[in-house]
Amino acid sequence: MQQAELIPHLFRTEYRKIVSVLCKLFGIDHIEIAEDIVSDTFLLASELWGLKGLPENPPAWLYTVAKNKTKDYLKRNTLFAQNISKEIKYTATTSEEIEIDLSIKNINDSQLAMMFVVCHPCNAAEAQIGLALNLLCGFGVDEIANAFLTNKTVIYKRLQRAKEKLRIEKIKIEQPTPSEINDRLPAVLTTLYLLFNEGYYSSGQDITLRQDLCLEGMRLTYMLIENEHLNQPEANALLSLMCFHSSRFDSRLNQYGEIVLYQDQDTDLWNQELIEKGEYFLNQASQGDTLSKYHLEAGIAYWHTIKADSEKKWESILFMYNHLLLIEYSPIAALNRTYALAKARGKKEAIIEAEKINLTGNHLYHSLLGELYTGIDNTKAIEHFHNALAFIKSTADKLIISNKILKLMEL
Amino acid sequence: MKDFLLIFRTDIAAMPKRSPEEMQASTKRWMDWIGGIAAQNKLTDRGNRLVQTGKVLNPGNVITDGPYMEIKESIVGYSIVKANTEEEATELAKGCPILSAGGNVEIREISVL
Repeated sequence: MQQAELIPHLFRTEYRKIVSVLCKLFGIDHIEIAEDIVSDTFLLASELWGLKGLPENPPAWLYTVAKNKTKDYLKRNTLFAQNISKEIKYTATTSEEIEIDLSIKNINDSQLAMMFVVCHPCNAAEAQIGLALNLLCGFGVDEIANAFLTNKTVIYKRLQRAKEKLRIEKIKIEQPTPSEINDRLPAVLTTLYLLFNEGYYSSGQDITLRQDLCLEGMRLTYMLIENEHLNQPEANALLSLMCFHSSRFDSRLNQYGEIVLYQDQDTDLWNQELIEKGEYFLNQASQGDTLSKYHLEAGIAYWHTIKADSEKKWESILFMYNHLLLIEYSPIAALNRTYALAKARGKKEAIIEAEKINLTGNHLYHSLLGELYTGIDNTKAIEHFHNALAFIKSTADKLIISNKILKLMEL
Repeated sequence: MKDFLLIFRTDIAAMPKRSPEEMQASTKRWMDWIGGIAAQNKLTDRGNRLVQTGKVLNPGNVITDGPYMEIKESIVGYSIVKANTEEEATELAKGCPILSAGGNVEIREISVL
């Protein structure tokens, strides 16, 4: 790897590791100090490596420099503290002897501990995802702003506020004990699920960035599974769901960056390896008798990896959507359930149910009704597609619906 | 919106013994019906089924085998749905699989204490 690529690459992979270890060492009050030390380390690397060439083992170099910078910081802090309070001096002197442990084990433990801090429900979901990208994935403010389609200032403030909130709530940076896991794991899974969805469904133009978000979501979920206590059925189900979805990443957009609908996708572009991984984690998730919404969504996603329509496919999907709605209502699940109903039992039955769910104003609702009326009552279908157009924001979606209207008018 | 209790009643004795396939088909009918209510975001509590036998405690600690044997129909389950009016709640109850099994649904508004 060339040096120009090496530093950004190392930033992605190593920044978060060192930050996690230092955060755990310093505690929640001093996250920024940890970030500053690591940023300084990378700054020094980019200056020195350019002049003197690459060190033999770049990650080890980074670790050593970060360690030294931390020790310097603590030493300076001691001098500073001596003038202020004997109590602080006491804690500072002992911290001088602290060993900064950058072993693989401590890095993993620290990252997991940080995951539970970052995904703490005291922050809103958006803030949690921002923090996760920043502290767990090594994304800069720029990249996060791109991912959220907003500007740097908004993200910067959001991160600051989120960190402040963690301080106020005095959240401890530690892995939950086995008895706490059941209470706290769901919040972590929710954030990882949202992080993945942000990449998978967002309307951002930067495809590489969106794919990165999905990969990061998967990487962090995999980290949970690697830990024996956190290797729970729900986490496996979530990872399975992510694998099934990302197997279609390459087939979802054509060469012009336009969305390709499921039924028009080229199955040769579906990533078979990811589908197999999805199946593996779904099997792992089936141990025990938990049936979470991730299980159901993974099950639905599994059936979507088989493209051919069959009664069994759509009856199974319908059954799982019914179940999903019992666990948690969401407009999108209600719409998808109705679509599955149409596939399993025919459009007429689905139209009756669709009119009942009444999500007027939701463009997907009008699109669905347009779809259901197509071939049954084309005038009504066109009417519904026109309603949909009125509420659609993204150009790509508008194009799809306009094409449907054109096709119907040709008939 | 108000909550309504849907009480499912049927004559258990009159119900034919069912094969596993029939039971599975029945589960599917229930899921379709309750899923349809959930899709409208009008399900408060899916509720439960009740075990067929029970006891009835009468004044003077007289205990009889229940449910009330003198009544043919017994309660087999319940769900709670959300609706603005009794009519709307009744509309939701339509399509309940208990109806095609010879039973009925009683719709009662829950008056919160």
